[in-house]
Amino acid sequence: MSDLLKIAGHSYRSRLLVGTGKYQDFAQTRAAIDASGAEIVTVAIRRTNIGQTAGEPSLLDFLPPDQFTYLPNTAGCYSADDAVRTLRLARELLDGHKLVKLEVLGDPNTLYPNMIETIAAAKVLVKDGFDVMVYCSDDPIIAKQLEEIGCCAVMPLASLIGSGMGILNPWNLQIIIANAQIPVLVDAGVGTASDAAIAMELGCQGVLMNTAIAAAGDPVRMAGAMKKAVEAGREAFLAGRMPKKLYSASPSSPSAGLIA
Amino acid sequence: MQLTINGKPRSFDASTFSVAYLVGQLNLEGKRLAIECNGEIVPRSQFAEVHLVDGDKLEIVGAVGGG
Repeated sequence: MSDLLKIAGHSYRSRLLVGTGKYQDFAQTRAAIDASGAEIVTVAIRRTNIGQTAGEPSLLDFLPPDQFTYLPNTAGCYSADDAVRTLRLARELLDGHKLVKLEVLGDPNTLYPNMIETIAAAKVLVKDGFDVMVYCSDDPIIAKQLEEIGCCAVMPLASLIGSGMGILNPWNLQIIIANAQIPVLVDAGVGTASDAAIAMELGCQGVLMNTAIAAAGDPVRMAGAMKKAVEAGREAFLAGRMPKKLYSASPSSPSAGLIA
Repeated sequence: MQLTINGKPRSFDASTFSVAYLVGQLNLEGKRLAIECNGEIVPRSQFAEVHLVDGDKLEIVGAVGGG
């Protein structure tokens, strides 16, 4: 049975998307990503170090673009203009690659998204031919507007970026999922495996995380845990959970045949 | 001429040269990067043709780890 994640016309076996930041070194980055089973990996676009020695290793040497789907992000951008500019550079850098992660931040302390600037950037990028996966607040109205603009996936936060606080408003996520015709992925805030499983049980199409793996005591082991959690949560969602009941008058063992 | 590269001024003896020449001078040959000159992207296919002049502002970027 194939249960594929479909984004912008492409299918992926893994519903776990991972970031590539905050690891000890490139070897650990690669080992963790292999353990996670992720096919889509986010990267940031930054000024190249001028004056480096020729042949210095780069992230791309460890994660060859022909083996992974790159998702360039706009992390660190605080205006629509900067985000659009960054992703146009990313498209040039990655030979015309269209799938991108848009995020426009509003505050350096919380990294909470600025949705007014995000919407402005999304409009420009969609018109410019990008497939835009968009990091957003968990506001159902905003999420719907981003879909109407033409984004290919909405990615509401579970809690603040890098906080590991888990899913703070499952009710809003459920409203967003119920109203969306495009994939909804939780991006940001996942702290441990159960958080990822809960996101998937709510009906998310996928989960994107970085710090929960990179900042774990053993990142490679946590990456494997996240893979299982996302798969388990997805299976549980598809299976359909039993209803919650305060009391159950339905014991699991037969009532008949008890010894007297 | 003087160029501003990733926010820092740099002086060169020549009065003009191509983007491809600059990439070689900076030891960046063969690296996967993207270049913006005065806010406009210079496609990689045009590195040899596009020439830089005094006062040009360049951004040279690559992909790094991020979430």
